[in-house]
Amino acid sequence: MSSGTGTFQGGIHPYDGKDLSKDLPTLTVMPKGDLVYPMAQQHLGAPSKPIVAVGDKVLMGQRIAEATGFISAHICCSVSGTVKAIEPRMTPSSAMVESIIIENDGQYTPAPGVGEKRDYTKMTKEEIRAAVKDAGVVGMGGAGFPTHVKITPKDDSKIDFIIANCAECEPYLTSDYRMLLEEPDRLIGGLKVIVSLFPNAEGIIAIEDNKPDAIAFIQEKVKDEPKVRVQVLKTKYPQGSERQLIYACTGRKINSSMLPADAGCIVDNCDTVISIYRAVCESTPLMRRVVTVTGDAVKKPRNLIVRTGTLYSELLEYAEGFKDGVDPEKILSGGPMMGIALTSLDVPVTKISSALLCMEKDMVAANPSTHCIRCGRCVSACPSRLVPQKMYECSSRGDDDGFVKLNGMECFECGACTYVCPAKLRLTQSFKQTRQSVAAARRKAAAEAQAKKAEEEAKAKAAEEAKKGGNKQ
Amino acid sequence: MSKLLHVSTSPHVLSKDSTHSIMLDVVLALIPAAAWGVYMFGYRAAIILALSMISAVACEYIWQKCMHLPITVNDYSALVTGLLLGMNLPSTVPYWLPVVGSAFAIIIVKQLFGGIGQNFMNPALAGRCFLLIAFAGLMTNFPSVDAVSTATPLAVLKNGGTQSLSDMFFGFTSGTIGEVSALLLLAGGIYLLVKKVITWEIPVIYIGVFAVFMILFGGHGFDVNYVLCEICGGGLMLGAFFMATDYVSSPITFKGRVVFAVCLGLLTGLIRVFSKSAEGVSYAIIFCNLLVPLIEKVTLPKAFGREGK
Repeated sequence: MSSGTGTFQGGIHPYDGKDLSKDLPTLTVMPKGDLVYPMAQQHLGAPSKPIVAVGDKVLMGQRIAEATGFISAHICCSVSGTVKAIEPRMTPSSAMVESIIIENDGQYTPAPGVGEKRDYTKMTKEEIRAAVKDAGVVGMGGAGFPTHVKITPKDDSKIDFIIANCAECEPYLTSDYRMLLEEPDRLIGGLKVIVSLFPNAEGIIAIEDNKPDAIAFIQEKVKDEPKVRVQVLKTKYPQGSERQLIYACTGRKINSSMLPADAGCIVDNCDTVISIYRAVCESTPLMRRVVTVTGDAVKKPRNLIVRTGTLYSELLEYAEGFKDGVDPEKILSGGPMMGIALTSLDVPVTKISSALLCMEKDMVAANPSTHCIRCGRCVSACPSRLVPQKMYECSSRGDDDGFVKLNGMECFECGACTYVCPAKLRLTQSFKQTRQSVAAARRKAAAEAQAKKAEEEAKAKAAEEAKKGGNKQ
Repeated sequence: MSKLLHVSTSPHVLSKDSTHSIMLDVVLALIPAAAWGVYMFGYRAAIILALSMISAVACEYIWQKCMHLPITVNDYSALVTGLLLGMNLPSTVPYWLPVVGSAFAIIIVKQLFGGIGQNFMNPALAGRCFLLIAFAGLMTNFPSVDAVSTATPLAVLKNGGTQSLSDMFFGFTSGTIGEVSALLLLAGGIYLLVKKVITWEIPVIYIGVFAVFMILFGGHGFDVNYVLCEICGGGLMLGAFFMATDYVSSPITFKGRVVFAVCLGLLTGLIRVFSKSAEGVSYAIIFCNLLVPLIEKVTLPKAFGREGK
């Protein structure tokens, strides 16, 4: 069995900003206004379909929208109340997405069965997987990949490692750290639930070494668990990226065309593992998550437990608003390396919202791009061992083929190259566009190939039928 | 919130280092050795350095103004070119020479090829080599420091003479303005290493390979004094720490920098041992600058998870 080194080649050490909020215990937010549940952009794959109608009464934990494909997820209501509208609303990415709007009755009446305790050791694997699917659990680290798909690989016996990703390498975020300290039993319990699905699997809780107290605390908690261990990781961005994390924990490598299961691994974010525990052992669907509200522009940084669907503007009230006289230039959903810039605070917290980061100054606008001086820092920083300098030359002249030849599709847009660039070039932005254009071209080519194949098959069938018909006559 | 929010794609934080701050660090690292040159060779050295820097910056400014290009003199790269060129000149040259050299370096080598980041060889060294070829007599007229010899220490060594290692290390010898004090150049180089402006591969491997070459082929066998004199002299320190490490004209990959440094060490040794010239650092560097695209092509790193393919 291979073992990891706890680190990877490349990466950067940006200012981590975690001191602002890391010692603050979580507070639970009680939503005041209506709750908004977008049908897309809170999980990867096909959008969900509403199964309630305007005027319907709904209970807390009740499913209000259904998965519509293999890769899709259910959505459950996080309060009790009435369906007020089903209409397009703005999401954190500033897109208008069909959403269910619920008027909160303030009663939090649970749906039948929600909260019932269950013993996972007495459940079959199918029941466990169904519980995860019914709860609408998705990857809460940001990608939103449906968890029931992730824990259903082709061959259960080939899974060797279940990794709970508690690296939290993204600056400013402290929600995983708070969960390690506040919810260790649910985290370890959730990990044990997943491990129980795979006969040869070992559970790993991966934590960066900038959280020594959490490491010691969890190590003490798992010392009698035969199938769970703690992997200490070197503090470095992007240590929590799936491919780098698998390498750091196991020494195995995957590329963009592979799934973690191809390397015998399943990786789930900290809060996701906790949600799995709630789903399986407490019959509680995914309807809450931890959100760090922080940044140099907020008065009181906070770690908040938030019901999904709550608007960001309400979270800000818990942080007592902006500092006096401060008007933030940029507000992000998520961390500074991979987060999304918001255009409005009237957007809902989704399953994949990890933070609300309010920045007094926008560094990007303050640093205009100049010319590349070929310093090579991007090459040293790239965790995928790419050559951003040359990829940028390709992407800026629209040379998609050259970009692909340089393995540009292996880029996962972590932003490390852009962070270190002394010429302040927008490398990641440029790669994002080229990667989208390449992916679109590939989809088009695949669709054309399929259409051609279908056409040929139809022709062959028609010819055969004509032949048969001819024979009859 | 009264004003509109800024929106851009991630990442939203950037490091503090900029082209400007890096170039400023290079200037700071060069100041001790340049100041020593002024101390050794007098006010003429100061005037040559000043003329060289002012004309480099002025050439860039005037060229960009005339060509209606964005003005980039405030990134300090022209200042670095001017300072390096001045440090590569003897203090005895006429005052018009640094101006001609800077104009050649900035306009021909840098701007005609597209400005900062596009020059295919180090502009300061290209300027120096141009002057060496065009005005050989002026460029090899070194000032006397001990009223006896006006030859550079390496020329003395090459002609079978001996040279005091401590004089060469501390800088009590003749030569160009900026190359004489190996100690101060080394101090500047270490400053750049500590500030992470340069990485260790190029200077360490360049000097290492060169030392091995001189032991094998220098004709003095394993003579520590001789090898150290060769390392301290002829602008090798200046070249290895400040000019071979020039970002634009050196490889961007780690492996590439290793190959580049090995080539530099071999070529410098070849020129010093087997040619008429006693120096060779400048020519070795600009020749290896031309190899950089080739070196990069064969040293691209393998993408993570795709090593087998």
